[in-house]
Amino acid sequence: MTTATERVPEAMPESDGAWRSLRAFLRNPSAVIASLFLVFVTLVAIAAPLIYPEDPLSMVTRPFLWPGQNPQFPLGSDTLGRDVAAGLVWGSRISLIIGIAAMALGVTIGIVVGAAAGYFGGRIDDALVRLVEIFQTTPSFLMLIVLVAIAEPRVESITVGIALVTWPTIARLVRAEFRSLREKDFVTAARGLGYGHLRIIFIEILPNALPPIIVTSSVIVASAILMESALAFMGLGDPNRISWGSMIGAGRETLRTAWYLTAVPGVAIVLTVLALNMIGDALNDALNPRLSSER
Amino acid sequence: MTAKLLDVSSLTIAFPRGTPVADFGFAIGEGETVAVVGESGSGKSLTALAIMRLLPRTARIASGSIGFRGRDLLALPEPDMRKVRGREIAMIFQEPMTSLNPVLTVGKQIAEVLRLHEGLSAEAARKRSIELLDLVRVADPHLRVDDFPHRLSGGMRQRVMIAMAVACRPKLLIADEPTTALDVTIQAQVLDLLDRLRRELGMALMLITHDLGIVGQWADRVVVLYAGRGAEEADAGPLLEDPLHPYTKGLLAASPRLDARLHYTAGALREIPGSIATAQREPGCPFVPRCAMALPSCRISPPPLEEIRPRRLLACPPTAAQEQANASAVGR
Repeated sequence: MTTATERVPEAMPESDGAWRSLRAFLRNPSAVIASLFLVFVTLVAIAAPLIYPEDPLSMVTRPFLWPGQNPQFPLGSDTLGRDVAAGLVWGSRISLIIGIAAMALGVTIGIVVGAAAGYFGGRIDDALVRLVEIFQTTPSFLMLIVLVAIAEPRVESITVGIALVTWPTIARLVRAEFRSLREKDFVTAARGLGYGHLRIIFIEILPNALPPIIVTSSVIVASAILMESALAFMGLGDPNRISWGSMIGAGRETLRTAWYLTAVPGVAIVLTVLALNMIGDALNDALNPRLSSER
Repeated sequence: MTAKLLDVSSLTIAFPRGTPVADFGFAIGEGETVAVVGESGSGKSLTALAIMRLLPRTARIASGSIGFRGRDLLALPEPDMRKVRGREIAMIFQEPMTSLNPVLTVGKQIAEVLRLHEGLSAEAARKRSIELLDLVRVADPHLRVDDFPHRLSGGMRQRVMIAMAVACRPKLLIADEPTTALDVTIQAQVLDLLDRLRRELGMALMLITHDLGIVGQWADRVVVLYAGRGAEEADAGPLLEDPLHPYTKGLLAASPRLDARLHYTAGALREIPGSIATAQREPGCPFVPRCAMALPSCRISPPPLEEIRPRRLLACPPTAAQEQANASAVGR
């Protein structure tokens, strides 16, 4: 095994991009731990209906059961006698769904706007950059609160709201990448072969711009989870779904007497966001050719 | 003379500062190889980009027409022009190292052209890509087809570029200094390949080069470009044996010849004094500042490219007059 991994870079000093990046990623221990943790959280989220078939919002025992007091409720119960462990498991669903969906939507909008601005330049660029600036100069969390307050606080509207405040980051990044990539010889060559704008944008340029987009996406999932938690903490989350943020919000009043009610979901948020950020850093190291040691 | 495939006439390309190509015209017949020769900055590549309608945004075609198979390419709407590019006129560039997309396998890149212009399915396009790689003499095409460009050498990459260019059997292939970035040993191979493909596929070839050594062996006809204007145009053999324009003479004197015993003791290569930059604000013949035989009349207006003999065009009135005198002297 060791000989194999040692010999590979020798045999292929410039081995194929994706595989080399994957190897670099897997060589980073914190990235592997973070990925395993996220896989675990994802599995828990998927299996939530199997682990706790009952509604996590229903009262199942006496209130203020401390963790470890009753083996049936390992993480105790909250002010209304709801099972904290069930809330944690079901809450991971909301966090992950909103985090990933908001990232996907935001990244899609960001790529379309950024690609159009960076590729075409000129007036299209001017107009789109102004639009991005309007979003970037407005405090994003305030805007998110306003958006969710106007719409009904539901998973869908929260997702759209978070996407609307995160896409400008991606748009700026994609625009910068496209501005430099559109001048490359292979783009001129593609135009010389009669390719249309869409074909050049999506087949020729976008794959070259993907590494920084992937890195930023993982960080955006983390910040989307944080934003959802903050909204839920303030009572602006979906009232029919339990989330880590709403658990913290509910436990806030008893912070001095039953601190575990805020600490348990808090730790879940911290670990998940930390894992996503660590993956983002590791991806950055693995995908960024300027930082890789093989150059 | 064969029928005209491409007919560029009085082409003028203007930038906000200066006109790098002015009143330039030439023609390419079906299946013919025409070399466009000139030094850096003479407007060779701009002319090629103008034919493809791929000039940078700041450039403007101030006048002229580019006829191609009975159509004026300059008047074509952009969607129609896209169908011409890659299918009827293809171009290969100087830099094979950067002209291929680094993140796509060569097979995908060749297949993409076929899927666009010929509407082939993914499977058929892949099969045809392998055939094309074989056609351009890439060894083990069924293996190379899945390679990324960085795994290939410069010569290999240029072959892949050529495969993409000829994928749809274009009528005209524009090769912009196709061998400049390659090793000398690879140069001849690539040029032989281009020549073979020209014959097999019935293409015409526009070979842009600054290397007169290439011209004699591979070109039928030569157009010498100086500072964006045609200086001399002739069949390759006569031009190399008997250059008329002072600039062509200078270029030939400055090129190493393989037939002469090439050794530094045989004498230094002559250089043309001055630089092409001096042509910028010249009202007359652009070569005047570097020309040993310039007359006061040369400074008045740029000389047109005129036929002084069948198939022989020259833009140098003093030389033309001298030739006339010689010819009548011989005739007498």
